[in-house]
Amino acid sequence: MILRRNPVMSAIALIANFCCIALLYLLLQAQLLAVLQIVIYTGAIMVLVIFVIMLLNLGDEERLTERYDLKKIVGAVIVFGFLLEMLYLFVFSDFSEGPALHSDATNIGTVENIGRALFGKFLLPFEVTSLLLLAAIIGAVILAKRKI
Amino acid sequence: MEVPLQYYLFLSAIMFAIGVAGVLTRRNAIVVFMCIELMLNSVNLTLIAYSSFLGDVTGQVLVFFVMAVAAAEAAVGLAIVIALFRNKQTINIDEINILKW
Repeated sequence: MILRRNPVMSAIALIANFCCIALLYLLLQAQLLAVLQIVIYTGAIMVLVIFVIMLLNLGDEERLTERYDLKKIVGAVIVFGFLLEMLYLFVFSDFSEGPALHSDATNIGTVENIGRALFGKFLLPFEVTSLLLLAAIIGAVILAKRKI
Repeated sequence: MEVPLQYYLFLSAIMFAIGVAGVLTRRNAIVVFMCIELMLNSVNLTLIAYSSFLGDVTGQVLVFFVMAVAAAEAAVGLAIVIALFRNKQTINIDEINILKW
């Protein structure tokens, strides 16, 4: 995804990635969040991203020269070192004994259970989220409309 | 036969590293933005994995809030990208330095 020159290809790769993550959520018995992942990420956010890519008409990505200065190289080296370390650990670790899925895991991810938690214990954060979304709507409209 | 918890954590760590690599190396503002989404998703995966393995609903509620914040961030971030492009005709983040002193 990060190696593609064309941002549209990056976006399509990211959509595939999101769908795979939704399947992993299903594997983890989180049904509601798997559906939300598809609807919100691939349905709303990525459509918005692709819409903006096409709106800005960035087909000639090659003009956008990718310079490689020292800062960027150091960052990339650190990140790829971390990736190699993860792969090393993954290959040479023993996963035979570990925690098992919780016996009640199937009942946790249901709409009913998450709804009870959202409107019970987490009622205040839920309401604050609605305020955040309202602020985001207003901010997006004003930013995209006026000259800054 | 179920997937062990460690696999999810490794996948999450690797996805996060790929997102960080994208943010550090790419110059296209929209690609940087998508890499941030990738990092948010890797954290979500960790939260849900722990939530299912520990039998606690809190992790999934937290993922719900992260998704809401990500949607808000997407709207505002893309609006900023459009406004910047309208003013400077570029979305190369090396050329956008009006907030630097």
